[in-house]
Amino acid sequence: MKSISVSGVSRRFGSFTAVEGVDFEMGPGEVVGLVGANGAGKTTLIRMILGLLEPSEGRIRVFGQKHTRQQRRRIGYVPQSLGLYRDLTAQENLEFRAEAFGAEPAVVGVASAGLIGDMSLGAQRRAAFAAATQHDPELLVLDEPTSGVSPLSRTRLWDLIRLRAEAGTAVLVSTHYMDEAEQADRLVLMSHGRIVAEGSLGSIIGSEAAVAVDADPWDRAFAVLDTGSRLLTLAGTTIRVLGESLELVGATLAEAGIVANLRTVPATLDETMVMLDS
Amino acid sequence: MNAPSGVSWGVQDLKVDYGKTKALRRVSLRIQPGVIHAVVGGDGAGKTTLLRVLAGLGLDTGGIIRIPGAGRIGYVPPNGGVFGDLSVAENMEFVADAYRLSGWQPRGAALLGRAGLDRFGDRLAGRLSGGQRRKLAGSMALLPEPDLLVLDEVTTGVDPVSRMDLWRLIASAAAGGAGVVIATGYLDEAERAGQVLLLHEGTQLASGTPQALKEGMRGTVSDVPSPDGHRAWRRGRRWRQWDPDGAGGGKVTLEDVAIVAELSTEGRAR
Repeated sequence: MKSISVSGVSRRFGSFTAVEGVDFEMGPGEVVGLVGANGAGKTTLIRMILGLLEPSEGRIRVFGQKHTRQQRRRIGYVPQSLGLYRDLTAQENLEFRAEAFGAEPAVVGVASAGLIGDMSLGAQRRAAFAAATQHDPELLVLDEPTSGVSPLSRTRLWDLIRLRAEAGTAVLVSTHYMDEAEQADRLVLMSHGRIVAEGSLGSIIGSEAAVAVDADPWDRAFAVLDTGSRLLTLAGTTIRVLGESLELVGATLAEAGIVANLRTVPATLDETMVMLDS
Repeated sequence: MNAPSGVSWGVQDLKVDYGKTKALRRVSLRIQPGVIHAVVGGDGAGKTTLLRVLAGLGLDTGGIIRIPGAGRIGYVPPNGGVFGDLSVAENMEFVADAYRLSGWQPRGAALLGRAGLDRFGDRLAGRLSGGQRRKLAGSMALLPEPDLLVLDEVTTGVDPVSRMDLWRLIASAAAGGAGVVIATGYLDEAERAGQVLLLHEGTQLASGTPQALKEGMRGTVSDVPSPDGHRAWRRGRRWRQWDPDGAGGGKVTLEDVAIVAELSTEGRAR
């Protein structure tokens, strides 16, 4: 049975359509990354999956059923704000939350003595994860779960997330960072309320191309290209132009008398999101 | 308007204390004009402290610090840099007044245009989206054409579309010859910088171009079927494993480098 099944779901707020015609499924043990720019509809979709918001159209099933209070107990959620009480210790946070879920409180491994508000962000994130998983949820929804922590702490958090997935929990991670997106088994890319791409990281970033420009000196070439609403970025001294053909970029540079080496390269995940958004 | 050629800003053997807390130890960064330098690390690494020193904010410091005069530095503090109860246009005007700029309006309009804020001149900064606020802060920092641009986590929590606008702003400052220092927690962003400084708990783990950092990493990191000990971590369903005595080679990412650098300090602590 699918952990989440979303079919033909739309959600409107007045005349604004936040989510439109979304079909999406995920099963137990899967780690899915939900990516997209702000306003893409990620948060609205998540709120509907959590049962906090009714769809205007379409059908959402979690564990094959409509939302009920009992079902809520099978879901764990860590918002970006972590949802911890800052003036309680980590252990007190766990106990308080466990009681609400009728679960046995977990034991926080590290620094459980201090108040949450005094702990490092990495320790706070581990505590929030422990609080959201102590009732052994079958579905975990995480919003940028490793933002702001050191690279090693990030991998340690992903160890915890992966252990849950291996034990059969479905994990839905909302993010717009590559560092997190590459940890997912599958990505779902949203833009303007719709799902615009779905699949492995490799298949999504292979779908769009950028033009890489190497010129010496690079700064003159950049100044020439840095006009209007061109989608332009820099990697080291390589200029990257999006949404324009190699010929057109070459012509713009040639007109300014700049000799450059141009190549068509696969767009990064960031660049793909920007292109699908514009 | 830019640093005279041959002059570079930066810090050498920097030491910073907050009372009894050692915030930074033995940190060195040479800032080259026209180059984007990424200062990378997690919470508590010391990024903000280093950037405050570079912005010329008075701290209890030791070591050598070379920065331009206050009027030649553009600084965006974390989560700040704009006045929420002033409009977008008034925020720009405020900077122009503070720096006594004349004839700044065309440049100001161009910066706001690049940031996609030209339609929002009358809007209160406090009513902009998070990404728009960061772009306004960046535009304000760039307005006086600083020699040194210091940006503390301007892209954190910002969505990819605004992030690209910010990178274009930052790159345009570098193309104009400014030295740029940007603090970030994200390695994919650091990968795009010309120079990278990895900080962890107030000390410097490594510095150099992204390429040099990858080539200079100690040992080997490779995919393994199952982890062996604490020197392994996951990337998706795969495991990465560090062998400190490995001969090197193989494809290594900046994330691998940062993890290995942090693991090395754990080894020393044990």
